[in-house]
Amino acid sequence: MTDQASASSSAYNEGVIRLLVIATMFWGVAAFLVGVLIALQLAYPVLNLDLEWFSFGRVRPLHTSGAIFGFGGNALIATSFYVVQRTGRTTLFGGETLAGFVFVGYQLFLVMAGVGYLLGITQGREYAEPEWYVDLWLTLVWVVYLLVFLGTTVAMLHIVNALALPVSWTGTKSYSLFSGVQDALTQWWYGHNAVGFFLTAGFLGIMYYFIPKQAERPVYSYRLSIIHFWSIIFLYIWAGPHHLFYTSLPDWAQTLGMTFSVMLWMPSWGGMINGIMTLSGAWDKLRTDPVLRFLVVSVAFYGMSTFEGPLMSVKPVNALSHWTDWTVGHTHSGALGCSARSISWCPSCGGARGSIPSVWSAFTSGSRPSASCSTSRPCGSRASCKA
Amino acid sequence: MFSHSKIEQNVILMLVLILITVSIGGLVEIVPLYTVESTIERVEGVRPYTPLELRGRDIYIREGCYLCHSQQVRPFRDEVERYGHYSLAAESMYDHPFQWGSKRTGPDLARVGGKYSNEWHAAHMADPRSVVPESIMPAYGFMLDRPLEAADIAERLETNRAVGVPYSDEMIENAAADLEAQADPEADTDDLLARYPKAAVGDFDGNPALLSEMDAMVAYMQILGRMVDFTDVKPEDLRQ
Amino acid sequence: METLQAIAEALRPFWGLWLMGLFLAIVAWALWPKRKAEMEQHARIPLRDDDGEM
Ligand code: HEC
Ligand code: HEM
Ligand code: HEM
Repeated sequence: MTDQASASSSAYNEGVIRLLVIATMFWGVAAFLVGVLIALQLAYPVLNLDLEWFSFGRVRPLHTSGAIFGFGGNALIATSFYVVQRTGRTTLFGGETLAGFVFVGYQLFLVMAGVGYLLGITQGREYAEPEWYVDLWLTLVWVVYLLVFLGTTVAMLHIVNALALPVSWTGTKSYSLFSGVQDALTQWWYGHNAVGFFLTAGFLGIMYYFIPKQAERPVYSYRLSIIHFWSIIFLYIWAGPHHLFYTSLPDWAQTLGMTFSVMLWMPSWGGMINGIMTLSGAWDKLRTDPVLRFLVVSVAFYGMSTFEGPLMSVKPVNALSHWTDWTVGHTHSGALGCSARSISWCPSCGGARGSIPSVWSAFTSGSRPSASCSTSRPCGSRASCKA
Repeated sequence: MFSHSKIEQNVILMLVLILITVSIGGLVEIVPLYTVESTIERVEGVRPYTPLELRGRDIYIREGCYLCHSQQVRPFRDEVERYGHYSLAAESMYDHPFQWGSKRTGPDLARVGGKYSNEWHAAHMADPRSVVPESIMPAYGFMLDRPLEAADIAERLETNRAVGVPYSDEMIENAAADLEAQADPEADTDDLLARYPKAAVGDFDGNPALLSEMDAMVAYMQILGRMVDFTDVKPEDLRQ
Repeated sequence: METLQAIAEALRPFWGLWLMGLFLAIVAWALWPKRKAEMEQHARIPLRDDDGEM
């Protein structure tokens, strides 16, 4: 990897990626501020201000969606566009126009969803809160993204979950097609896949591209990466019920969910080991390269939360952890990828802040591609593992 | 080295394999729940929500109450002693969407119906700290003054029917009247109660002159967990 | 719904087999000795020069 100057790098479509990085930062800061706000509301209920659109129940989805879909989603799209061009040695299909549509469309989706939450327009299902008209729009955006990228599974998941019948086409209220138990399982089938594929697979994508890049060493074992990735895919499909232990979900489904969740531990650590071993022989770089430092910490947190997850999937453990702040802690240790060491939920702010300069210089100068950089960034693309 | 086209082929192949894998997985895992008889216990009493309860439920969802409250009592001794009989799948079979929740910042609400008076609920909702000083629940005072919007109530019932809730023609025809009657202390509620047994009736929010969002909210709270009478449930009915 | 149910039931026995088969095929493909060199080549993808010709 040479640090030669930027002239030739502009052959790739960079403009839209730069915009996506700005959007990532924007939503990141916004979502974290909202995170701090809801944390304060939990401690000091007066901060709900008795304003309906400012109360915890309406603001919390703004935080979760802002963090996952705003921060994570934009970073995911940015990284995938960045990596797919470089591994494929080509510019984006459809050029800046289609990619630009994805950018604008996605931001519009986020704004529509966010405004909807505050106005009280929600389906009331975690991680799938936006109402049907927002879902329709998002589906269109994903289809275009798919066109551009040819490779993500999220659009299909979304179509399944948008199966809510609108009360009337002009209204904003709908009732979900499924009820009770069935609804619970479809919800968590999606919910889990949203977190699972979106945050985990995306994160692995980043790791496999940027750790080798920054360490200037090849991936420790490419074969291991293939095997553990597919193991994760196959096992995740069955893991959804671990969100519904001891509920009215039939026992067979719960047992299935527990078994497969515990099995997930192994391939997840396969990924962690692969990332850390890639660094062997290059550990000295940690002293000089902040991006690598973030990446390593994030791999470590990935390892911890994928150990904690299977642990929490053991039913008697879940009997304790479910419905408590333990789950929220797990969420943030996984999703922030660098929390958990402090009691508060916030440490990734440091991560994002630290890496803005390096991302920015990477994207402007075309050198040191720390790209989507930071640690906690739940994003990336499969292209890096596969291409 | 390999060529560009080969990468694309690989990505497409991968996409196809992932799609097949995920969609069969979803189908096989979810569909049985709709059909396997055993998923839902055979208990008596679960009925569709009254129009007023349904509107209360809409507000419950709108305000994100599910982000702090679960509606699912698990079969553990501590939970059963505190809340009552553990939740059955049958009890949420008409819930679109389900509201089991994933976080208990506040207590479980699956069986809160009948636990408190209407006055308590209205006061608590409007200002939780007036009745529970250490509460961290947000205040929802605006519900007291906000007239309940219900012009499309029949349509809402119909939409629920379209997704499988057994609202009868009679229920849909009388939706608007039932909605008014349930919160009106003067009204004749015999027909309402014939259609929807065990519904709480009367003034809910302390202001009979106005049909407010609070009326709907409290009516919904008061039915939670009361539809099934667990004194006549036999163990074999509960087998899933 | 009925057809969906029929399809799901027909697929269920094959589903585990399909998963297992697909997975074993992937593992075999990845570990096939002939592919060693190719795999090592792939491991270097991230290192390819960023600014090179396209
Ligand atoms: C910030 C989280 C939060 C939100 C949002 C919230 N609650 Fe609560 N709720 C609590 C807490 C904490 C308690 C326990 C203290 C108390 O009784 O106020 C509680 C108690 C209750 C109780 C009394 C339960 C019992 O058995 O004593 C009811 C009923 C209730 N909430 C209804 C609601 C409704 C309806 C909404 C939505 C409009 C709602 N809550 C939104 C946190 C919340
Ligand atoms: C082997 C991997 C993992 C397993 C088996 C696992 C398992 C679990 C379990 C058992 C729960 C608690 C469910 C409950 O009691 O309600 C949970 C919640 C959660 N996990 Fe994981 N986890 C894993 C990895 C991850 C990772 C890496 C992330 C993030 C990138 C993540 C994000 C979440 C989130 C967001 C929730 C909260 C869901 C909710 O709102 O209830 N998990 N997980
Ligand atoms: C400044 C940093 C952050 C703060 C202060 C913060 C704070 C919070 C708070 C207070 C909650 C509600 C917990 C509850 O209901 O008890 C929450 C939930 C959540 N946050 Fe954050 N958060 C931060 C960063 C993030 C990031 C970076 C992500 C994801 C990429 C994220 C994803 C989530 C999710 C998925 C939930 C729902 C958890 C669950 O249901 O289990 N948060 N956060």
